[in-house]
Amino acid sequence: MFLASPKKLRSFGIIGMNQRNFGLILRYNPRHLFPLVDDKLKTKLLAQKAGISVPQLLGTVHYQHDVKQLKELLRPYDQFVIKPVKGSGGKGILVITRHDHHLYFKPSGDALQLADIERHVSNILSGLHSLGGKPDSVMIESLIQLDPVFSDYSYQGIPDIRIIVFRGYPIMAMLRLTTHASDGKANLHQGAVGVGIDIGTGRALHAVQFGRTVLHHPDTRKTFSDLVIPHWDKLLQLAAACYDMTGLGYLGADLVLDRDQGPMIIELNARPGLAIQVANYAGLAPRVAIIEALKTIDANPESRAEFSKKQFSTGTTPHPLRTLRTRSSDGTI
Amino acid sequence: MHSKLKLYVLVALIMALGIGLIAYKHFALGFPLLPDDKKSVWTIEAKIDFVARGDPVIVSFALPAETPSTVIMEEEFASSDYGFTELSSPSGRRAQWSKRAASGHQTAYYRVSVYETDPTIPASPPAADLPIEPGKPEFDEVMKTAATTFLDQVRSKSANTEIFTRELITALNSETPNQNQGLLLNEKSSEDSKTHLIINLLALEGIGARIVRGLYLEDGRRRQSLTNFVEVYIGNQWLLFNQNTGKIGKPEDFLIWQRGDESLLDVIGGKNSQISFSIIRNVHPTRTLVLRDSMNKQAGIIDFSIYSLPIEQQNAFKIILLLPIGALIVVIMRLLIGIRTSGTFMPILIALALIQTTLLTGIVIFLTVVGTGLLIRSYLSQLNLLFVARISAVIIVVIAIMASISILSNKLGLDQAMTVTFFPMIILSWTIERMSVLWEEDGPREVFIQGGGSLLTAIIAYLFMTNRTVEYLTFNFPELMLVNLALILILGQYTGYRLSELYRFHSLERRNVSGKP
Repeated sequence: MFLASPKKLRSFGIIGMNQRNFGLILRYNPRHLFPLVDDKLKTKLLAQKAGISVPQLLGTVHYQHDVKQLKELLRPYDQFVIKPVKGSGGKGILVITRHDHHLYFKPSGDALQLADIERHVSNILSGLHSLGGKPDSVMIESLIQLDPVFSDYSYQGIPDIRIIVFRGYPIMAMLRLTTHASDGKANLHQGAVGVGIDIGTGRALHAVQFGRTVLHHPDTRKTFSDLVIPHWDKLLQLAAACYDMTGLGYLGADLVLDRDQGPMIIELNARPGLAIQVANYAGLAPRVAIIEALKTIDANPESRAEFSKKQFSTGTTPHPLRTLRTRSSDGTI
Repeated sequence: MHSKLKLYVLVALIMALGIGLIAYKHFALGFPLLPDDKKSVWTIEAKIDFVARGDPVIVSFALPAETPSTVIMEEEFASSDYGFTELSSPSGRRAQWSKRAASGHQTAYYRVSVYETDPTIPASPPAADLPIEPGKPEFDEVMKTAATTFLDQVRSKSANTEIFTRELITALNSETPNQNQGLLLNEKSSEDSKTHLIINLLALEGIGARIVRGLYLEDGRRRQSLTNFVEVYIGNQWLLFNQNTGKIGKPEDFLIWQRGDESLLDVIGGKNSQISFSIIRNVHPTRTLVLRDSMNKQAGIIDFSIYSLPIEQQNAFKIILLLPIGALIVVIMRLLIGIRTSGTFMPILIALALIQTTLLTGIVIFLTVVGTGLLIRSYLSQLNLLFVARISAVIIVVIAIMASISILSNKLGLDQAMTVTFFPMIILSWTIERMSVLWEEDGPREVFIQGGGSLLTAIIAYLFMTNRTVEYLTFNFPELMLVNLALILILGQYTGYRLSELYRFHSLERRNVSGKP
């Protein structure tokens, strides 16, 4: 059988694209709030105002003629990340881990000339990576330092944690691990591993790569069964607080663990994808229904995170990892 | 919930309006629902010959009436040096040719083209079409006795007027006439006298009847004459009886020329008048006939329609009206099937180009242009260009590729490939640009998925849009757009799984059912 029966999927509470667009995004995400998350600079300022920790902003480039000053702008920093302000799906992100003012090195060790970086910035400015090809700005951020807990689980990149926040309550979480196949990017359809995380404990539940169940990281061969994300309560609270910050009812919060500064928000998404269901081996619909049934939304993000921990914990015995030899289509929107 | 109800009401209204208009055009105006629907158009020529005596001549000729089931397309009258007028009298239209003085052999022609429609609503008989009270016919004593006896015999075998009439005609036509019938019919009875006999006999019974003259329509027949039928007023309607067999109803391919007792042809100032008919059949598409008829009658829905535009605009609309079909295909492919395409409506534009180039040539050209474009684009990406400059460069590259395809194919004698110009250049450039970026960021797999999805959608849209029936229906029933709109509005509400998601999530199906959600 290559196709699942719709009846079964419905009984598991799997949400499809049409239902996500219609029942979640259209209903809970007012259009006028989208710019808050589509513009990462706005998100960052908003988060800083709300006291939510974010990677430090090192600089911005808004106009083509400022590209010439890029070298000066980058001089003080050893490591940095160049991002399009309105990028989507992790597109156009350039990570530089070290440089000697002539050659700039990516995590993979590839060297770039300054001219290459300037071209990359020009491309971003002219809207190559932005939604709808609109002219964009560039932001330069401090590089996240890999937390040692993930050092065995990632390949040349920083794993991030996607938490779906529905009306302020974290309802599902997934850890995205970079792999060789994903070129060090935490992007599921490029081959990153998605690990479903128990909302109650931060433990790994189930992992998939290219839609197939995997038991250990394909590059480091490290098994996922003993993976537990530290600072889990803090991560949940940060994610829950994003609701108060943006007002978006159906939100995907992307968080990272920094070795020195701990949990921080790197990006918010008003149209989070559905691959998280595959990674968790569970559907979103029952959890959405639980939150929709609530009469009032708790104003305090910490108590909301607490509520979710109790409500959505899979219990003490994590769901058994199972080997499936079948293949499903790639995971993002 | 409230807004959902509103939407459903709106959808129902739009749907009903669309279907209603289509039904009106089909049933009331006779627009066929299939393009191959054809009708026979009969061209009948009546030739009137007579010898004039040198006095003033007036020729009066009965013309066929237009009925709901018979449509007259064209009429022509011809005769040398005669004055012509068309008169309408209570008993029907008549043509009148006149001349101050004529002598010798004279000919007049009348030519008419008619076709039959099948109106679904039987036309109610006009108020004036009531039978006149049958007067007591004059029979001499012997005949009267014979008639009374004959009628008694027939009456004894029949239950109602209809059967009575049928029995009467059958008995008169019987192979072995008894004495009474023989007496009534005479030895050398003509068609006309038989008709009048039937009418008179019916009049004796107090039944209103009249003579009907008509023409059997048969292709290629010449020197035909009219055949007599008897029409009897039974139960508030006129019933047509074949006077030789007693069969009820109008035979197929039979044109009723004249009703009532008035003469078919009167010639004043001439003798030896003769009339003969010749018949030719032509086949025309029903649409053309109906359209012409509706235009003549100035039916509002036709008068204010695309048909009233100049031909050039009509041709443009032929294509424009196909676009909603393409849009519907895209909606179905994306929302129900879940196919990813590069650019939402790019497949429709490709499908439009395919219509001009034909399928296979179009696909080959498309793949060549996009493939070559991607190669050149990958070189451009090394040149460190700003985005707008780069896409502009790609446009020029695309035009250059298209020009070279045209010239090359021309030199090679492949005329088909010259249709490359029908591809929308800007769209192709954007496709190349988008696919190239996709290749760099998500790898070739994604490019093939989206490129293949776009092409598949375009081909399916093409197959629908070139279907003769679809083409015919969209152009002749633009109301179909309303139905289409209603469908798209409903599809916009679909929140079920896409076909692709059944595959995407199929590994979840094996999930332990006992597992907590």
